[in-house]
Amino acid sequence: MSDLLARVRAGDRRALARLLTHVENRTPLGLAAEREFFRQTGRAHLVGITGPPGAGKSTVIAALVREARRLGLTIAVLAVDPTSPITGGAVMGDRIRMLDIASDDGVFVRSLTSRGRSGGLAPSLCTMAHLLDAFGFDLIVLETVGAGQDDVEIARLADTTVLVLVPGLGDHVQALKAGTLEIADIFVVNKADLPEAARLLADLRSLQRLAGTASSHIPIHATVATTGDGIALLLQSILDHRKQLDATGQRLERLQRRLLSEVRFLALEALEERLDSALAALSEDERAALGARQVDPRTLAARLLEGLQLNLPLESR
Amino acid sequence: MVEQAVAATGRRRWSRPLRVLIAKPGLDGHDRGAKVLARALRDAGMEVIYTGLFQTPERIARAAADEDVDVVGLSILSGAHNQLFPLIMQELRRAGLDDVLVVAGGIIPKEDIPHLHALGIAAVFGPGTPLHEIIEFIREHAPDRERGS
Ligand code: B12
Ligand SMILES: Nc1nc2c(ncn2[C@@H]2O[C@H](COP(=O)(O)OP(=O)(O)O)[C@@H](O)[C@H]2O)c(=O)[nH]1
Ligand SMILES: [Mg+2]
Repeated sequence: MSDLLARVRAGDRRALARLLTHVENRTPLGLAAEREFFRQTGRAHLVGITGPPGAGKSTVIAALVREARRLGLTIAVLAVDPTSPITGGAVMGDRIRMLDIASDDGVFVRSLTSRGRSGGLAPSLCTMAHLLDAFGFDLIVLETVGAGQDDVEIARLADTTVLVLVPGLGDHVQALKAGTLEIADIFVVNKADLPEAARLLADLRSLQRLAGTASSHIPIHATVATTGDGIALLLQSILDHRKQLDATGQRLERLQRRLLSEVRFLALEALEERLDSALAALSEDERAALGARQVDPRTLAARLLEGLQLNLPLESR
Repeated sequence: MVEQAVAATGRRRWSRPLRVLIAKPGLDGHDRGAKVLARALRDAGMEVIYTGLFQTPERIARAAADEDVDVVGLSILSGAHNQLFPLIMQELRRAGLDDVLVVAGGIIPKEDIPHLHALGIAAVFGPGTPLHEIIEFIREHAPDRERGS
């Protein structure tokens, strides 16, 4: 099976696809690959594309892929769709696949689901992005469904975060006021062919002025993803942002921040797992004592925490 | 050398779902069945990637490979299955997808089915097939490869 790692190292894309499954599912091989390939990461530029459902994120990405290829850049896309909370299943997007990219090895598109995680992120998104980075893609685009709070999470995962807004989704500009303005490095007003787009653009600009200097330099792009209008400028803006991060030394700072939030996420996830199993393993007596008010929730929580083994095993023993 | 690693102990909060590509090959605008099926498979806990209409054999194989699916489902009501399915099977093999389960459905005359079986298509489901029958077939015949436990 470790033959798979060798094939990936040799640039075999079928092997890459299979190894991504191992990484996503955290099989022993996937965990080994995760650590092995991490050392070879850091070359790719990670672009997070977020925004409400239906904003046109996938269509924007399809157009960005076309433009990136025109510039000779290789590009991989990880598109996250939410899972059904009831069954854990999902139906994943098709827009990116509308591209005629069947024979282009410079493009790789992979759909994944949030696997029960609330919010727009998938548990293995970062580690899958690391593998694509190590494989050598120039750009890695992460499509996530953003709704308020989760927009902030994606900002920590990408080098450049693009927030896609559309006219007609009314309260989203409202929501922006609550601090989301800061998370974006670039704003996109997509569906600029719709008449209400001018209004949204104007709202966004005045909001930017109100927010002061901190956000006034953030570029705003009007795009029509379905025709490709404005997409070349958007890609240029993304590449400029990368240059700017490099020039100001912020790239490293962001990388560290990004990796730290990954560390936090992995630790938290393990913690939650242990906690859930400890809760499930509570004895009948303990449950009864809680119900009978013989023990209070905080005391029981403290007892549970004491009993947790807070290690994250990586090696077989 | 690759060191062996083991998953963190503790209960996983998600299972390892089957991944299924539902594809609409060729010039066929009938997508109702494909969408109904995609939703039914989702509701059965599977991760479904729907290609959208008008897919070429090359695109279907590329999507199946990159998405590393366990199952490829072909939906066709245009009558072009005898032309398209051999090409699709050929492209899937060329992409190294020898272990995927391939199933099909739509308007496919009975007399064509033996030929499709011979191509490597495991089953063909016509109009009116109860969805649970398709779900059961997929669960039973999907390749038993390591998806993690
Ligand atoms: C609705 C319909 C349309 C709608 C399509 C709407 C849409 N967006 O899907 C419209 C009006 C647009 C349409 C147009 C045409 N249609 Co029409 N249409 C039908 C009709 C009446 C029902 C199809 C349907 O939606 N069924 C409901 C779904 C849920 O069933 P299903 O697709 O069969 O899926 C089930 C199974 O087949 C199976 N299944 C399907 N796919 C898959 C995939 C996998 C992997 C698996 C496991 C199972 C599976 O599971 C499903 C659940 O049981 C059929 C007749 C019929 N009774 O089938 C004709 C029919 C398919 N159409 C036909 C024709 C000829 C056309 C047209 C060319 C022109 C015309 N004469 O109207 C155009 C072509 C359009 C195009 N661009 O391709 C013919 C096809 C003849 C052939 N293949 O030999 C049919 C059979 C009618 C006939 N008897 O002549 N059509
Ligand atoms: N009018 C118009 N429609 C668009 C544009 N971009 C995307 N759409 C449509 O918006 C819908 C949702 O697009 P999609 O990319 O799937 O959105 P996502 O959910 O944000 O990924 C689709 O029907 C697209 O065709 C645009 O620029 N103008
Ligand atoms: Mg999308």
